[in-house]
Amino acid sequence: MLKDITLGQYFPMDSVVHRMDARYKIIITMVFLVMLFWGQHLTSLLAGLLFVAVAMICSKIPPKMLLKSIKPIVPVLVITGVLNLFLLSGGKVLWEWKFIKLTEQGVQTSVFMLVRICLLIAGTSLLTYTTSPIVLTDAIESLLSPLKKLKMPVHELAMMMTIALRFIPTLIEETDKIMAAQKARGADMESGSLIQRAQALVPILIPLFVSAFRRAEELALAMECRCYHGGEGRTRLRQLKSGLRDYVALGLTLLLFAAVITLNTVLH
Amino acid sequence: MPILEAKDLTYTYSIGSPFEKTAVDHINLQIEQGEFVGIIGHTGSGKSTLMQMMNGLLKPTSGTVLLDGKDIWEKGADRRAVRFQVGLVFQYPEYQLFEETVYKDIAFGPKNMGLDEKEIDRRVRETAEAVGLREELLEKAPYALSGGQKRRVAIAGVMAMEPRVLILDEPTAGLDPKGRTKILSQLREYHKRTGCTVMLVSHSMEDVAKYVSKLLVLSHAKVVCYDTPANVFARGDELEQMGLALPQITRVFRLLRERGITFPEEVYTVPFGAELLRAKLEGRAPQC
Repeated sequence: MLKDITLGQYFPMDSVVHRMDARYKIIITMVFLVMLFWGQHLTSLLAGLLFVAVAMICSKIPPKMLLKSIKPIVPVLVITGVLNLFLLSGGKVLWEWKFIKLTEQGVQTSVFMLVRICLLIAGTSLLTYTTSPIVLTDAIESLLSPLKKLKMPVHELAMMMTIALRFIPTLIEETDKIMAAQKARGADMESGSLIQRAQALVPILIPLFVSAFRRAEELALAMECRCYHGGEGRTRLRQLKSGLRDYVALGLTLLLFAAVITLNTVLH
Repeated sequence: MPILEAKDLTYTYSIGSPFEKTAVDHINLQIEQGEFVGIIGHTGSGKSTLMQMMNGLLKPTSGTVLLDGKDIWEKGADRRAVRFQVGLVFQYPEYQLFEETVYKDIAFGPKNMGLDEKEIDRRVRETAEAVGLREELLEKAPYALSGGQKRRVAIAGVMAMEPRVLILDEPTAGLDPKGRTKILSQLREYHKRTGCTVMLVSHSMEDVAKYVSKLLVLSHAKVVCYDTPANVFARGDELEQMGLALPQITRVFRLLRERGITFPEEVYTVPFGAELLRAKLEGRAPQC
């Protein structure tokens, strides 16, 4: 059902990673991403693998969940893999048939690419698995706050994101309900030609839009009733607090990154 | 043979995630043809989930739903046809209205059934009348109506399919007392006139007590009892322990009994209670 698609896919648990400061988690994830794509050497992949493994164990997220996060991009993986495999040429030719050539470099690049993408998804998924979307936007706002000096409406953007995220589950639930209600009246959404199926969406989309507008209006009114006026001088219910574990985690990640850089320069 | 039957019915939401929850837990139930069944239970007791399984919108995690003795999830069974026979009116059904006019919206269900224009027209007009919508409202846009009117349009939309079993999930939620009695008495009329089976979900004893012939009490995903209102209310203490308030009139008579004034039967409608009292005062036998 639609309910199973949870954007942000937060997986509530009690672990060190869940309790970490979200700002640090974002910075660490960014360091991890740069590290993953640093140089052409195996070390960056191994380091990435190590990072994901340690982060997974610390966050108590079951490995099954990480595999599930990779599943939707399998088609992308297959296409990239195949393209890299056959289009890149260089090094020894391993296998040849008519105009199709399989070269050493092609194989190497394609394997690298696949592992990289998998680690990329797994690593970033760990961030969203361990951080609720609302906290995540808070952290993004906090990280972007220097831009306020440049007159960027950081708080407003973050607020919009928070509201959007907050309402995704609500709207999904609503879609589910409306779909069920129309199905109960015999709406047929699974068969028929493409045009018929598009037409079958009308009884779902119209009530959904109407309710989204209604909700937006109600929310705006409720916010105004509480004298909401934007970011200036506003305090927060959930303060982001950093502590020893955040420094240690960032330190270790940077150390790992430094090791990757060194090994890359030494080995080349 | 019961028209609708649940056998060992179970439904679990989000299996395998931390949000896993069993909403319906091994429920067995038989609904006879022509019955007016009230279903009560707390929020989260599994009422809505159970109702959605009854017309094949939700696939049971385990167990079966039988319509006329046939499993609706059997291979090759036509679930769409099941939904035309077991009509379900959702909670706050006015949010599903989408057509330009009230007429077209009520006609949506019958049209999906593939009926011809004339039959559709007859059904739209009949059901609109049954729920008390005036003729001139039919050509109006649904969004221009009041909340109570929209609700009645939505109910008419399901009634127009002329289902053999009509299930209504809290049809009076959020309406004022007047709108509430209006819809409920229209429902009773409809039940009397068509003789179809009606299932009315509610969390208010007050609402259902007056109208139903059988009461199904759900608590924590299980059936507590399924019996006539009199027999159900006889177990009043049990119900109150579950946090389900008895109808006010029943509570009054229980308090009278505690003070030593006894009556032969459990009372759950005001007219009946009034007659009992009057008879007692006049020292005669109650006439009903």
